[in-house]
Amino acid sequence: MLEQQFQSKIDNEIKIEPKDWMPEAYRKTLLRQISQHAHSEVVGMLPEGNWITRAPSLKRKAVLLAKVQDEAGHGLYLYSAAETLGFSRDQMIHDLLTGKAKYSSIFNYPTLSWSDIGAIGWLVDGAAIMNQVMLCRTSYGPYARAMVRICKEESFHQRQGFEILLTLSQGTEAQKAMCQDSINRWWWPSLMMFGPKDSESTHSDQSTKWKIKRKSNDQLRQEFVDMIAEQVKILGMTLPDPDLKWNESRGHYDFGEINWEEFWNVVKGNGPCNKQRLEARNKAHEEGRWVREAAIAYAQKKAERTKNQAA
Amino acid sequence: MMIRKFYYGDIPEDAGTGSGSANTEVKSSKDWPLWEVFIRSKQGLDHKHVGSLHAADAEMAIENARDVYTRRMEGVSIWVVESQYIHASNPDDADSFYEPANDKVYRHPTFYQLPDELSHM
Ligand SMILES: [Fe+2]
Ligand SMILES: [Fe+2]
Repeated sequence: MLEQQFQSKIDNEIKIEPKDWMPEAYRKTLLRQISQHAHSEVVGMLPEGNWITRAPSLKRKAVLLAKVQDEAGHGLYLYSAAETLGFSRDQMIHDLLTGKAKYSSIFNYPTLSWSDIGAIGWLVDGAAIMNQVMLCRTSYGPYARAMVRICKEESFHQRQGFEILLTLSQGTEAQKAMCQDSINRWWWPSLMMFGPKDSESTHSDQSTKWKIKRKSNDQLRQEFVDMIAEQVKILGMTLPDPDLKWNESRGHYDFGEINWEEFWNVVKGNGPCNKQRLEARNKAHEEGRWVREAAIAYAQKKAERTKNQAA
Repeated sequence: MMIRKFYYGDIPEDAGTGSGSANTEVKSSKDWPLWEVFIRSKQGLDHKHVGSLHAADAEMAIENARDVYTRRMEGVSIWVVESQYIHASNPDDADSFYEPANDKVYRHPTFYQLPDELSHM
């Protein structure tokens, strides 16, 4: 009965809010998805943060700093949304730091050159945006609202990335080669961001029925390929896929097979930077401990002083 | 191998390198409390709920709110209130709770049938 009422709300496009009744599996699915999404924003700051001090100009430094700061904000919006489902922030952070919780595998790849920052903005943020635009209409109110806020901020991320690559593509031969190299390395991992192929599902698609997700992995991936295959022409660069070609009858680009073995390997923790990323997060958490403790001690002391003055 | 589908931002926990410390409750009196943030986007408008954050005290909550919720000049005034002090109506009682308003159509201007010649009303 409750379950029917819940489903009819979803069917009628009525958002589910924190205190509404919801099936336990819906809550759990959301909790996992939103907290992983939050972790992805936070860990995602690491590969880019790596280049803040080495960005080629003051302007690029300021832009990258602003972009990375946005990602921290995205992490916060999402942690807040997850907390409305009754899971504490400290518990989520704990699960990330101990390696229990997952985050998007893309952030386990290294940023080897400045042009990687361009490729990340264009391809990685680009892929994330496709997913996040869809999630603006997700059925859980706090998640949808966080996504609306995030999407407003994301478009600058993708544009600044493309602009970095555009500048390099009009530069010296060495700069052009650097640009192409970054595209070559980030293209396939970006396609993997959309997850396994739809045909590999053996489960009924509960997330779609609950309208947590409204498009399939393959659908989103195809939209992404169609978009990027056109944009890359403006850069005068190529995508590293010999099978990529326009298919007139489908009205879409065909593209080659993704290396799924690599994908699962990175998910399982064996990517190039998995260990490094977790170590960096743990280090930051430990080194910030005294600040967190000092702040709470200061707040308590201040509160007591105010109380004594009033007495 | 059983293949399980997952979505971007939804990776099954069992596919990971869990360190085995699963389900250990983290509870500490040192947690910063949760605050709800309300922002007035410009003079003349109401403050509107925009989200929440953790902070040690009100001053820090306001500064953090500025840093996360007004990076693009989205506000001219910020309110914060500790989440534990917010009281809310119960959604389960919504039907009976809002019932008194159900049958009072005469509270709406359209309830009154007046001649068309009547202007400015
Ligand atoms: Fe983001
Ligand atoms: Fe972004």
